Amino acid sequence: MSPTEGKFPLAQHFSDPEQQLDSNKLGMWLFLVTEILLFGGLFCAYIIFRSLHPVAFHECHKLLDWKLGGINTVVLLISSLTAALAIRAAQVNDKAGIKLNIIITILCAVTFMVIKLVFEWPAKFDHGYLPGYNFMGHVANPDQAHIFFGLYFLMTGLHGIHVVIGIILFSWLLIKTYKGQFHSGWWQPLELGGLYWHVVDLIWIFLFPLFYLAG
Amino acid sequence: MTETTAAAHVGHDHGHDHAHGEEPNYLQASHGLKSWIFTVDHKRLGVMYLAAVSFFFFVGGLAALLVRTELLTHTKTIMDADTYNRFFTVHGAIMVFLVIIPSVPAGLGNFVLPLQLGAKDVAFPKLNLLSFWVYCTGAVMAVSAILIGGVDTGWTFYTPYSSTTSGSVVMMVAAVFVLGFSSIFTGMNFIVTIHKLRPPGMTWFKMPLFLWGIYSTSIIQVMATPVLAITLLLLIMERVIKVGIFDPALGGDPVLFQHFFWFYSHPAVYIMILPGMAVMSDMIAAFTKKRVFGYRFVAFSSLAIAVISFIVWGHHMFVSGQSELSSMVFSFLTFLVAIPSGVKVFNWIATMYQGSVSFETPMLYALSFLFLFSIGGLTGIFLGTLSVDVHLHDTYFVVAHFHYVMMGGTIMAFFGGLYYWWPKITGKMYFERTGQIAAIMVFIGFNLTFFTQFFLGSRGMPRRYYNYLAEFEDLHKLSTFGAYFLFAGLLLSLGTLVHSLLKGPKAPANPWGAKTLEWTHTASPPIEHNFHETPHAPAAPYDYDT
Repeated sequence: MSPTEGKFPLAQHFSDPEQQLDSNKLGMWLFLVTEILLFGGLFCAYIIFRSLHPVAFHECHKLLDWKLGGINTVVLLISSLTAALAIRAAQVNDKAGIKLNIIITILCAVTFMVIKLVFEWPAKFDHGYLPGYNFMGHVANPDQAHIFFGLYFLMTGLHGIHVVIGIILFSWLLIKTYKGQFHSGWWQPLELGGLYWHVVDLIWIFLFPLFYLAG
Repeated sequence: MTETTAAAHVGHDHGHDHAHGEEPNYLQASHGLKSWIFTVDHKRLGVMYLAAVSFFFFVGGLAALLVRTELLTHTKTIMDADTYNRFFTVHGAIMVFLVIIPSVPAGLGNFVLPLQLGAKDVAFPKLNLLSFWVYCTGAVMAVSAILIGGVDTGWTFYTPYSSTTSGSVVMMVAAVFVLGFSSIFTGMNFIVTIHKLRPPGMTWFKMPLFLWGIYSTSIIQVMATPVLAITLLLLIMERVIKVGIFDPALGGDPVLFQHFFWFYSHPAVYIMILPGMAVMSDMIAAFTKKRVFGYRFVAFSSLAIAVISFIVWGHHMFVSGQSELSSMVFSFLTFLVAIPSGVKVFNWIATMYQGSVSFETPMLYALSFLFLFSIGGLTGIFLGTLSVDVHLHDTYFVVAHFHYVMMGGTIMAFFGGLYYWWPKITGKMYFERTGQIAAIMVFIGFNLTFFTQFFLGSRGMPRRYYNYLAEFEDLHKLSTFGAYFLFAGLLLSLGTLVHSLLKGPKAPANPWGAKTLEWTHTASPPIEHNFHETPHAPAAPYDYDT
């Protein structure tokens, strides 16, 4: 199970490769637990306000563009696939494969942000569907609609920040790939980056139906 | 497939005053400001945390003295009402987030954990460095908030006041948000270190109880702090774009904020006490020269506290309007969480029975803890009792309770740990007599200050009040006098330690004859890489000959 081909970059405070691999993986999983708890609070708020204002939430969800949201969902799923394929490419020393898959991952992430920030959100703003006290859309229940849109922008916004962090992370991994640092003897950073990216994707998989689809 | 590490060493003491081949200690290993700013050595980071925590303890303490001085008379004494609100907020926020939470884990824990485990460093040394600078960033932000505009919401930031009042609430809340990351990174580091970096022979049940306590604390840090992060983010958003989650004027629910806030902040108080209890086990063992009684019970009680701590938050909200059923459930669970704490206290006492007890300064702090934490914990049960809490909620009784556990508990243990590990950290011995006198002064001053407040509270004095009924003035005067006496004792205590740096004699490797790895296998102070060879765990956690 321990990598044998290629040079394994053993950090000086670890006694052997297995300890380093295990430690890094446990560390990343712990961090991901904190991310789940972070978003968990927001999902909690969503559940509470949805159960308080079911009619308003139902009306408001129709104002979201489920087609664009759906495209974004597919885009993120593809990016998760390519993130995993990049790991596979490293395992078989396919350096070109690593580069290609990481680039597609980044492009998908950028596409996601563009669809959101260029097509989705401005369209909302034009209609007056803004978070909080800026809300001035023409809806049946404006007093509760602003809470829906507040939560919508907060949750997709925080998620979007995590997507941008993912873009930066994978760019950094791409640079390391060009330097030849990933091969069949060492690919863990790709794996850990992939784990982070899968959690970000997973959060979107919950966000999309709850906001765009749930009627 | 794992290559074996160095040969096992069992039995005798390996700490020497002279290192093999004259290897310098960690303080001398490199020089210059950059070698400290960019250090990844857990020992240097621990020292820097200790310095920062001590500094902010002093600042928060000054704020407390100003609050107590204002309360000398029942009307205005030295400041107006708005300033008073700012000072008690500053005192609480600094003490909770900048002092107590990092004190034992990040200060003492960073230094001791790898040494006691038998590891070269923590699992992620660079993350450790990041954790410290994130702490500093949060500290600067908090100080800025205080200086620019101030915050008068209390450290609990209840809405809708906190979402509508003027002042630097956003900056202060953002500071706490940043500080939370420091806490999370430390917790992550410690969990992975304890799981993965144990040397040969160091199984879970060979670990000293200090490590069990720090481990349990780290679990809470990792799981609870993100909820605080999102709560604070939501509060900022409520202020900035008026989302409408917490402010009833906007369609929100202020009690929802309390649920969110206390879901973190209750486990947070166990982040504060568990490390103190962790230090207690090691001190009691060392100064009674005996294995801790009921080792497994004490170990599991730390985990039990960590788990149960997550399901009692509603006991801060008995009078908030939540349902009677939830209040009853939270009350019952609160009684439950006291049991593991009781287990520890009785096991420590049982450890002392027929032990060879000595009364050096660390032990005086440990004995203070035993007495003061017991009072604090017991009064927590009083407050957890529904019918009683209705009368005592938001009175000085609550203030006295939490000072008994947070200061009488954690800070006493922190000082005890600081004195206990001082020779290891600095290589110097402090002057015992002044250390002991200071510890006694602190104990007396503490009780004068805070026992009085139980009476104030049970007689109806509300907390956070600037002016109060004249009938409470005498008790307030007594409490304030106690505070000044306590402050003098703390000054003497810190002064004793500072004096040792300048004039103290060189410390031996193991002045206490303790049996844990940091004492038996490292020099005082240790070399940069801690051990000359990977140590093997002793036969038992506190391997005294009994």
